[in-house]
Amino acid sequence: MKLKWALLSLVFTMALVLTGCEPLLVLNPQGPQAETQANVIWISIATMAIILIIVLAILITVLVKYRASKQSDDYEPPHIKGNPIVEGIIVGFPILIIIFLGIVSVNSVYKVEATPEGYEDQEPLVIYASSSNWKWHFSYPEEDIETVNAVFIPEDRPIEFKLYSYGPITSFWIPQLAGQKYAMADMVTTLHLAADQPGDYMGRNANFSGEGFAENIFDVTVLTQKDFDKWVDDIHNTAEPITEKEFNKLLEPGHLGKLFYTGTHLDFSPAPEGEHAGHNHGDASEHEDHLEHSHH
Amino acid sequence: MEFFERFAIPHPSPLIYASMVAIGLVSIAIIVGITYFKKWGYLWNEWLTTVDHKKIGIMYIISALLMLFRGGADAIMMRLQTAVPENSFLDAQHYNEVFTTHGVVMIMFMAMPFIIGLMNFIVPLQIGARDVAFPRLNAISFWLFFFGAMLFNLSFVVGGSPDAGWTNYYPLASNEFSPSVGVNYYNWALQISGIGTLMTGINFIATILKMRAPGMKLMKMPMFTWASLLTNVIIVFAFPVLTIALVMGTFDRQFGTHFFTSMNGGMDMMWANLFWVWGHPEVYILILPAFGIYSEIISTFSQRNLYGYKSMVWSMVLISLFSFTVWLHHFFTMGQNAFTNSIFSITTIAIAIPTGIKIFNWLLTMRKGKIRFTVPMLYSIAFIPLFTIGGATGVMLGMASADYQYHNTMFLVAHFHNVIIPGVVFAVLAGFTYWWPKMFGFMLNEKIGKWAFWFLSIGFCLAFFPMYITGLNGQARRMYTYSEATGFGPLNLLSFFGAGLMAIAFVLIVYNVYYSFRHSPRNVGDDPWNARSLEWATHNPVPEYNFAVAPEVKSSEALWDQKKHGHKLFNKEYEEIHMPNKSGVPFIMGVLFFIFGFSFIFAIWLGVILSAIGIFACMIYRTFEQDHGFHISVKEIKETEEKFGGADK
Amino acid sequence: MKLDHSQPLEYSTDQNRLNILGFWIFLGAEIMLFATLFTSYFVYEDRIGSGPSGADIFEITPVLIETIILLTSSFTIGLAIHAMRINRTKAMTVFLGITLLLGAAFLATEIYEFNHYYHIGATLQTSGFTGILLTTLGTHGAHVTLGLFWGAMILIQIMKRGLTPQIANKSFIFSLYWHFLDVVWIFIFSFIYLKGMM
Repeated sequence: MKLKWALLSLVFTMALVLTGCEPLLVLNPQGPQAETQANVIWISIATMAIILIIVLAILITVLVKYRASKQSDDYEPPHIKGNPIVEGIIVGFPILIIIFLGIVSVNSVYKVEATPEGYEDQEPLVIYASSSNWKWHFSYPEEDIETVNAVFIPEDRPIEFKLYSYGPITSFWIPQLAGQKYAMADMVTTLHLAADQPGDYMGRNANFSGEGFAENIFDVTVLTQKDFDKWVDDIHNTAEPITEKEFNKLLEPGHLGKLFYTGTHLDFSPAPEGEHAGHNHGDASEHEDHLEHSHH
Repeated sequence: MEFFERFAIPHPSPLIYASMVAIGLVSIAIIVGITYFKKWGYLWNEWLTTVDHKKIGIMYIISALLMLFRGGADAIMMRLQTAVPENSFLDAQHYNEVFTTHGVVMIMFMAMPFIIGLMNFIVPLQIGARDVAFPRLNAISFWLFFFGAMLFNLSFVVGGSPDAGWTNYYPLASNEFSPSVGVNYYNWALQISGIGTLMTGINFIATILKMRAPGMKLMKMPMFTWASLLTNVIIVFAFPVLTIALVMGTFDRQFGTHFFTSMNGGMDMMWANLFWVWGHPEVYILILPAFGIYSEIISTFSQRNLYGYKSMVWSMVLISLFSFTVWLHHFFTMGQNAFTNSIFSITTIAIAIPTGIKIFNWLLTMRKGKIRFTVPMLYSIAFIPLFTIGGATGVMLGMASADYQYHNTMFLVAHFHNVIIPGVVFAVLAGFTYWWPKMFGFMLNEKIGKWAFWFLSIGFCLAFFPMYITGLNGQARRMYTYSEATGFGPLNLLSFFGAGLMAIAFVLIVYNVYYSFRHSPRNVGDDPWNARSLEWATHNPVPEYNFAVAPEVKSSEALWDQKKHGHKLFNKEYEEIHMPNKSGVPFIMGVLFFIFGFSFIFAIWLGVILSAIGIFACMIYRTFEQDHGFHISVKEIKETEEKFGGADK
Repeated sequence: MKLDHSQPLEYSTDQNRLNILGFWIFLGAEIMLFATLFTSYFVYEDRIGSGPSGADIFEITPVLIETIILLTSSFTIGLAIHAMRINRTKAMTVFLGITLLLGAAFLATEIYEFNHYYHIGATLQTSGFTGILLTTLGTHGAHVTLGLFWGAMILIQIMKRGLTPQIANKSFIFSLYWHFLDVVWIFIFSFIYLKGMM
């Protein structure tokens, strides 16, 4: 018995040491959306820890106090049906906790689904991010450039990623900046985020999409507004324009490095929104309505 | 040649060839062995044609154990592949097939049949019935499940395994992105065994509603029976959704329809919705009977009545209702508006309320008890904190905004293993050990059982807790490899180590069966655990007719009443007992369904037509058959009862 | 076999009562099956891709014929069960026979209707809408087909063996099934055809 407990505690110490080295990506947010999410995670961990401690405390007390080996042979456990007060507590306590977490949850959902807090008055930078097996294509309609597997964004500016897919459902994820959102073939979804400071971040597709899924990653580089403008100019000076032929070649299944083009594929292969949506029987206004509703 | 080429494996590897040879050799060995020991007649008469709920239950459990090892082998391969960064033990395609079959096998062909097997064996005994309402249908259910499972496993060696995940999301599962027949196997194996499960659902609802012993009102049913009733209600309402979803998927892949494509009005998200409208209740189909098993065991080994019986029942009713209102939480990230996500977030975390009530009730049942640390009780005790952790992380996942970060990561994988292993697997192992003497008349060795328990629980913690951490550190699920720079390496190695300990535990459990079969004393009596409910009021192992005379009960703890309060369970004289005849038709129908599914998968239309005709022929045979069963005479009953030394019962 | 004579023949044994309850539960599952189909239909209703919409292809005449036939057959199966209750075997077989003939006529009309869709280019493969339309109608049609065979088997048994408690039980359950198909058709008529044509 002692050996088992020793082994168990060893394991938990190991786990703690291993994680103590550096902060986990999700809990080390670098933007307001990811920060909201990290806060929700900490709040729920704390709340749940309270429950776990209560359950463990009751369990250990009961096991220590009422084990058969500690009781006399003629001890006959009583027949107890229930007690309204006790049962009221065990119903009421979870309800209170769920009400609290429900409020936290609803508030934070509205927060992450809107322009990041404090950035409401700024014009967002719109970037179309589309996935194909097994790459990410980023189109900047405003700057008129397109990149593959690398996205550059300016700091302190709200970004709107418009997501869709040329193939299986994928999930766009930059853990340190914002949680995931699906990219699908017949509609466009929107992910809001903003980055607090310059740096390099990991981004990937998190939704299983076939053979090349594991390597379906991209680099996120956050630059100051000045550097970002310079980067855009550089692309315009050095890169080739993207053509339909070239783009179709990019779509073929496989992996590619980072690529940079001028122009965007949106001109000849528009995103599935408005009149181009998969739900192609009506006009754009009807499509807006469609997006508002959940899909089931 | 072209005809035969499609049966070839599209992505062969030495591992698959080795398995082919192994499967071939094992099959030959089994056939030779049965022939050598002249057991074909025994096999056919006693097992393949049986309609006895007890034997069907045992066959379910044996199949589930076999599938546990198949799914377990998959699990070990996955953990081995990801144990170190950049490992090359499996390539991406094989890894994808392995995690797909692991998921399907474990949920559909391991957990479900294990639960249904225990239900088959125990529920009629707990309510004092002779058998289920429709014994013949019960046999059909089993054989459909069994041949569905066989069909699924065949994909490994003929034509290729499915590779789109157990969730099988379109368009990834469409012909375009998954061109092998693997997903066809998925569709038909699930369809066939699903029909079997649906019929089980109907059968058990009718059984529990109509065949209870005199005096057993609904609120006097043992908790496992209550759990089974609710589970079967969920089955009846959830499985038809899967049926339709699979039909639509089959049509898309084999007849070129546009349900889940991205053109001509197709909608890939529709599959995800239909799948989870079935899939979420499916999880509760597994966990409710597990709650029932824990209730029985905790009450027995605390030597106390179950605390808060009524709130236990009502919380399960609530869980069953909620199970149909939360499916959207499996894809909070699909781009619905914040309002929709809020609603589903609230319904999801609200499930913690009835579940929390149950946890506290179990704790309060142990309070003031006299707790004996037997193997079933150890599993139940470990279940409480481990399941609380799993439930707590479930609430965390239910917080929609945070789910954007957990979704599709190892955190999610850790969570659902954290509820399914301590929740369902521990429960079936506890139930297996607890009811083993009921099935076979001797006990499983406690010492080996305890060793297995410790290996399993410690292995579980080592295997899955690290995943919470790697998930929060950005490790997506279903990645066949990762680079060293990610830093996932050490924790994944730990997971592999834990998986190894769990594998040892399962080997020990099987060894325990062998050891106990050889060495356990056979005279355990009728009530080896000092139990409380009605199933222990008959003999071990249970005679063919269950109870010599119908019991009369007055509470959910019928046997306890008899032992402690002088209640007389059996008041009547022996009477002739009417029993159903055995029949080979269910087995033959299973075989025909297997041929039907296989032919459909490979679009061999002649086979489809012929097997369909065969299935209808079986039904026509059945409707014209005049089968009135047979009777066990009073003399025979007396002889059997005297053999058990319990002539007074 | 204990017969309880205070009950109608189809309820007279324990097993008979179990069978009827079991079949009601089965109908619960069937309701879920068709509910899933209807829900899917509503989702795909407007997703017509480049194919026709409901208003383009629905024709009122065959649909009305189908509806009248099926409603009548629901009435005749009711008469058959009534005849069974008052122990008029001959009348029962006649009404059951008429029910099956009406069922066959319904199927024939439905085959005509499907043929029509095929010729105007609305097939299973045309779009999400036509796919779910034909799947929903086809599932109902397959149920009717199965019912025809089932009813025929029962008819043969009544003629060969007369009205035993078992056969009365089967007939009664068959009537439940047939009424259920009628109810499903009313939903199809209202929510697929009428809604589509408006």
